[in-house]
Amino acid sequence: MKKVIMGNHAVSYGVRASEAKVISAYPITPQTHVVELLSEMCANGEIDAKFIKVESEHSAMAACVGASAAGVRTFTATSSQGLLLMHEMLHWAVGARLPIVLANINRAVGPPWSIWTDQNDSLSQRDVGWLQLYVESNQETQDTIPQAFKIAEELQMPVMVVMDAFFLSHTYEIVDLIEAEKVREFLPPYQPEIKMDVNDPHSFGNLAGPDMYMELRYMIQEAMEKGIDVIKRVDKEFEKVFGRGYGVVEAYRCDDAETILVTSGTVASTTRAVIDEMRDEGISIGALKIRVFRPFPFEDVFEILSKAKKVAVIDRNISFGGHGIFYQEIKSALYGRTGIPILGYIAGLGGRDITPSVIREIADKALSDKNPERYINWIGVKR
Amino acid sequence: MIEIRTHGRGGQGSVIASEILADAFFHEGKFVQAFPAFGVERRGAPVMAFTRVSDSQIRERCQIYQPDHLVVLDRVLIETVNITEGLKEGGWIIINTNSEIENSELIEKFHVATIDANKIALKHRLGSRATPIVNTSIIGAFAGATGLVSIKAVKEAIEGFVPLKKEANMQAAEDACNEVKIIS
Repeated sequence: MKKVIMGNHAVSYGVRASEAKVISAYPITPQTHVVELLSEMCANGEIDAKFIKVESEHSAMAACVGASAAGVRTFTATSSQGLLLMHEMLHWAVGARLPIVLANINRAVGPPWSIWTDQNDSLSQRDVGWLQLYVESNQETQDTIPQAFKIAEELQMPVMVVMDAFFLSHTYEIVDLIEAEKVREFLPPYQPEIKMDVNDPHSFGNLAGPDMYMELRYMIQEAMEKGIDVIKRVDKEFEKVFGRGYGVVEAYRCDDAETILVTSGTVASTTRAVIDEMRDEGISIGALKIRVFRPFPFEDVFEILSKAKKVAVIDRNISFGGHGIFYQEIKSALYGRTGIPILGYIAGLGGRDITPSVIREIADKALSDKNPERYINWIGVKR
Repeated sequence: MIEIRTHGRGGQGSVIASEILADAFFHEGKFVQAFPAFGVERRGAPVMAFTRVSDSQIRERCQIYQPDHLVVLDRVLIETVNITEGLKEGGWIIINTNSEIENSELIEKFHVATIDANKIALKHRLGSRATPIVNTSIIGAFAGATGLVSIKAVKEAIEGFVPLKKEANMQAAEDACNEVKIIS
């Protein structure tokens, strides 16, 4: 059934259809509607799940860790400072190999206080070991939730689904709603090999000496490296049931493109309109959307970008003292295998609007830049 | 693509107006998008919301700077906010007011229509005298004046979107559709 709903509710419907059994969360703008609707669904029996109210995001993730360790499908959602407060527990979820799914609504980090979007909250969690998928529409948001559970449970790894504040979270658009009955064809009930069970006691979370710790880290990396293939296969399986797939990256008019713009999140969507406009003017340009950021799809990115003559990366984030964060990954993907110039553009921090004309400005700069060795080009910043 | 900007005050239901409008167009088979201007909303403060309507998938995900039409829930905003900023010439401005529009520039450059949405809202007991809820009435007036969307689709949208007093809201929209005054 098609319905006009907000991005935050697309998350809630995705969780309902995935039949999560425990949801624990603390409200924060712009995430609040996600858990507001889920708590209503729990209260009125629309979903057979336990909603655990907590006093902080740290506790929300701790509750998810406990529930997931006990062997049930577990979900939470947060934003910005909330995600940062979870940081210690995010590590725990990975180390304990718990397939928790978290929706993070990208909100800029304070101070200064901001409720608007940028990606520094989720990208500052890059190295904790969570898989990260960045979505661009309400439909993709909803569909990615059951995909995330399937990926998480197969890899025994937690997955973060990441979406832009307001440009998705508060935006209403048409979503073809998925129902649990049909999702079951795609996502089987969660049956972990190991779980905490009072009737079958084991000890968990013991000290791991130098003789063991490294192997456990190796296994996490192994799961991540397997991740790209698993994500692709799960996406295909989803497409078989629902007719919609998203890939790990999405190339738009890249086949013969001399210049390729690399984007993520809602900017990927707006960029396609700009690409069409520029193609109409006879400019050879395409766009590559990065949907999966961890594990990073190095080979897929290389395959597409290595055919271009120039690459421009738009980052709604920055690693202070370094560069744009997607930019750094793109450089890694191409390093030593091609001499294509790669330009980095920082735009839209703290929710500053990235309009078609902003993207056009970046594209025009990239096309005319005679000195493309600069790593950071700030767009629209007042100096 | 049609882009519509709604101006109102926090508490009047401007954001929901933009969503009902989008949903009404959806009922007529269009692709739609609706979202608020992403400010910190306070009761009484000027707020904006946006609606996009298209025959194909909408890819633009940013605010609207050059709207085709305006919906104005509080006439005082005409004097305090530059509401016509970016508005395309010949676009519709639907204004909630019980008095004459004296601004001749508005009337000359744009299509103006007025509706006493406060009166209609109060007649149907929507909101209070101090803060009547006028969003469903003004969308009815939009349908009546512009003809871009049918009142039937607006009523369907209200039925699906409004949690309380569905009937009263649908009737208010219908009354506004019939009573809207086309000035220019």
